[in-house]
Amino acid sequence: MSGVETGAIGIQGEGVGARLPRKEDDRLMRGRGQYIADIRLPGMLDVAFVRSPLAHARIRGIHVPADIRDKVFLAADLDGVSPIRAVSGLPGFKVSEQPVLAFEKVRQVGELIAMCVAPTRAEAEDIAARVELDLEELPALYDMLEARKPGAALVHEHWGDNIYLESQVNVGIEAAFDAPVKISRTISTARQCMAPIEGRGTVVHLDHRMEQLVVYTASQMPHIVRSGLSECLGLEEGQIRIISPDVGGGFGYKAILLAEEVCLGWLARKLRQPVRWLEDRREHLTANANCREHHYEITLYADRDGTLRGVDCEATVDSGAYSAYPFSACLEAAQVASILPGPYDFPAYRCRTWSVATNKCPILPYRGVARTGVCFALEVALDCLAAELNLPPEVVRLKNLVRPEQMPFDNITKKHFDGGDYPEALKRALEAIEPEKVRARKAAGPPDGRRLGFGLSIYCEQGAHGTSVYSGWGIPMVPGHEQAGARLTPDGGLELRVGVHSHGQSLETTLAQVAYEVLGIPVARTRLVYGDTAMTPYSTGSWGSRVMVMAGGAVATACTELSERIRRIGAHMLQADPGDVRFEHGRVVGPSGDIGIDEIARTWYRRPQDLPANVDGGGLEVTAGYKPVRDTGTFSYAAHAVVVAVDPEVGDVELLDYVIVEDGGVLVNPMVVDGQIIGGLAQGIGTALYEEMPFDRSGQPLASTLADYLLPGAPEVPAPFIGHMETPSPYTRFGVKGIGEGGAIAPPAAIANAVNDALRPLGVEMLRSPITPRRIVEKVLDARATRRVA
Amino acid sequence: MKPAPFRIVRPHDIASAVAQLRQLGDGAKVMAGGQSLGPMLNLRLATPDVVVDISGIAALKSVREEPGHVVYGALVTHADVEDGRVPDVGEHVLRRVAAGIAYRAVRNRGTMGGSLSHADPAADWVNALSALDAAVEIEGPAGRRTLALSAFLTGALSTALGEGEFVVAVRVPKLPASARFGYAKHCRKVGEFAHAVGALVVDPTAGTARALMGAIDAPPLVLADARILFGGAIDGDFAARFDAEAAGAALAAAGLADAVDRHIHVEVLRRAVRQAAGLFSPETRSAA
Repeated sequence: MSGVETGAIGIQGEGVGARLPRKEDDRLMRGRGQYIADIRLPGMLDVAFVRSPLAHARIRGIHVPADIRDKVFLAADLDGVSPIRAVSGLPGFKVSEQPVLAFEKVRQVGELIAMCVAPTRAEAEDIAARVELDLEELPALYDMLEARKPGAALVHEHWGDNIYLESQVNVGIEAAFDAPVKISRTISTARQCMAPIEGRGTVVHLDHRMEQLVVYTASQMPHIVRSGLSECLGLEEGQIRIISPDVGGGFGYKAILLAEEVCLGWLARKLRQPVRWLEDRREHLTANANCREHHYEITLYADRDGTLRGVDCEATVDSGAYSAYPFSACLEAAQVASILPGPYDFPAYRCRTWSVATNKCPILPYRGVARTGVCFALEVALDCLAAELNLPPEVVRLKNLVRPEQMPFDNITKKHFDGGDYPEALKRALEAIEPEKVRARKAAGPPDGRRLGFGLSIYCEQGAHGTSVYSGWGIPMVPGHEQAGARLTPDGGLELRVGVHSHGQSLETTLAQVAYEVLGIPVARTRLVYGDTAMTPYSTGSWGSRVMVMAGGAVATACTELSERIRRIGAHMLQADPGDVRFEHGRVVGPSGDIGIDEIARTWYRRPQDLPANVDGGGLEVTAGYKPVRDTGTFSYAAHAVVVAVDPEVGDVELLDYVIVEDGGVLVNPMVVDGQIIGGLAQGIGTALYEEMPFDRSGQPLASTLADYLLPGAPEVPAPFIGHMETPSPYTRFGVKGIGEGGAIAPPAAIANAVNDALRPLGVEMLRSPITPRRIVEKVLDARATRRVA
Repeated sequence: MKPAPFRIVRPHDIASAVAQLRQLGDGAKVMAGGQSLGPMLNLRLATPDVVVDISGIAALKSVREEPGHVVYGALVTHADVEDGRVPDVGEHVLRRVAAGIAYRAVRNRGTMGGSLSHADPAADWVNALSALDAAVEIEGPAGRRTLALSAFLTGALSTALGEGEFVVAVRVPKLPASARFGYAKHCRKVGEFAHAVGALVVDPTAGTARALMGAIDAPPLVLADARILFGGAIDGDFAARFDAEAAGAALAAAGLADAVDRHIHVEVLRRAVRQAAGLFSPETRSAA
């Protein structure tokens, strides 16, 4: 079974709900995209950095040979540059100051120490190789649980400990203590890299005419990078223009202000020459930012029928050496506490969290952010509970899932669910994967020594968090009204301007579909302008599964306003009272005739003499703002079900069948949604089985190439069966919900549960991602040895 | 990730390659397909003064058949073998191994001689050709010599090549019609270097077997007389008598201290054994 179910049936035209092929593919699939590395400016110089080879050390000296001294820049050279400060307003948060070039101390391998400039990158690397460092090695914090303990070495001495932030939520956990069943597990997820195909990269030059520093940079959030650069370089925002051209994958990795960007901004002004830095794969893997490293001590309390009585958890997140701008070092752990309950309704809850500083690179919110971790912890623990109770995993879930009649639903951490039928998604997934047949095959015994397993996982994905959610975090960025510009061109085409970015989200197609829905202008005649602070309205950018809700809503709002302007000009041209004409399918229709958008645009721009003097001077260009009716976020969700075959002797896991039943509200383009789900699934499989950045005891990252850092390739990713449900959000334009991250949330838990279903008869539970062959064989051999002794 | 500066020379015959290597001494590095040396240069793990690119030497691309052997020029690519453009030593013996090496892009350029000279313990040719008891022909300042792989491979990433020497051909014995070949490797994903390799050349008619366990951070462990793994004798029912404990003991004696590693290596060898016997077992990934 594979393939994709069609979405909404009977959609006509190109509007909301149409499975339209992507406009951007013509450019991207022919290799005509323009990425940072494609930009060539006259006289451009390349930069290579000298990076710390040690995880934690005091800098005693930096020796730069005299003949290259003018090509090498150190912290002391960077006059007027401030460190990166990604604060949080949460009480007790400790601020890290990240120097853009290190001085006094280095706190992670790969930290920038010196900037070397030359006509080519190879020559810049030659120069970098000649810079000598005199470092006094300090004890490295490579284990967040050790770093949490009193007496540990300190990443930031003046803090007194290594805790960015500690938080606690307690909703009557004591009431659960008398539950008849209690299970506890230690569950963890590995440190990962986000690994977009295109790494980071920056080209900076001075535009003397505009008196601006022009920064080409691969970013999900150009306007936020501008604010950050302005703060660090001491420039007015207006003195900086950020251009983020085609971006080859973001996933959160391009939602950070990099020290490299600050360095190059300073350097271009110093040298008055264009400068470039392109991240190489080793820099990506070892130096710039990681994600996902969570540790959970989780306890479930339940009745014998599987009803959850309470969840108690201690969660620790390895946030690395510095707080990343703008999301900060505490977003991940603090989010854990608020979202761990997932889609379940239970009466008692406690969660304590720690965001811990270590001598590793900063942690960033990767696709799914903390949800992948909490889903892994809770869903794996739920299966352990089901096994303890001798109940099928779906029974335990159906007992506890929030029910449709409870919607809209405020859960135990006051998350406001905007609708949906979670049990129905699970039932559909079960119908598709037929667990009773899997169990029958399992009972018949393995024909080839491998063991079958069946696993489930369900999550909810809060998307499009608004002002009311983010203002509480107090981080450098709070989303407000999202704005979009809509402008008719003189020949009746449409230009849309948005401050969000599209790097896989297909916005050139889907936002044009939204505009078509309102204005009836063909998608082919709509152009999306984005990725340039000079040409777009301010936006916090593309993150948190927000663009279709927020930018889609803003485009619809702007187009609605534009349609009204069109209608009023059309009324003049039809010589009708504005009250007697209406806008319909791209035409203005009056009592005695109608007129098209093309003609109205031509008249407004080219033949204004045909319009009366009292025509509305606002014309055919609108910038409008949008917020959903309620800005606490949309809640999309899905049930994932997977069948695996596990080879206990060599530890291989093969994914035999994969089913996803997803509810993303109204889908603007179901094909694009399928693409988002499949891409997310690939990353989720990476988390489950392959991806891990290991560190040794001196804090050295051990996977410095893609031969060591394993990403799933096409042969490792099965074609899933995808089913859609469409419960409209009551709060958003068209009822859309954010869906961008969901595909990456559920797979690690579903796959782990399937592996555990396969191996439980051998006495084995895998509670740590990635589930590698070695880890499986290790546990199988341990279990055999234990049984032999017993 | 750009290489340190180096010069490149491209000799067009074996004699001038030998002369250039002799002249350049220690600072020279031979490059054939460049699939391992290329990344090492970019990572600055290798910083030669001069790269001697032998890919233009036509004589190294030829293949000749001798009684009992096929002699492959060092520049024969994995794809040449995979696609059947060169003769095999048995029915789909080397072809099948070649098809599982890394990715097609690597197979298009990577060469048999280059892979053996790089001597990565996890590489397919290092293991498969050791199992088949192949030898390399080496050209150097003192002329041509032939070394069995067991003598050629001296350690992880280390060979018996002397200064100015390079591999010009690989001599692989043809398998007798009564012999069978099993080759299995364990990778976490398609195209990855193997974490364990097992191979068996068995001839039930002659009562002989040669077994290999590889990817052990050292040259592969070869049991030239592998009857010990099958209760002391080889007959048609050899697979049923595979002795995992004997295989594990051989690995332990060879210095493989980690029990989990040993278990996986032995299981992978078991799969090679079953394959040689024509029995079904789950394919370890990318072993097909």
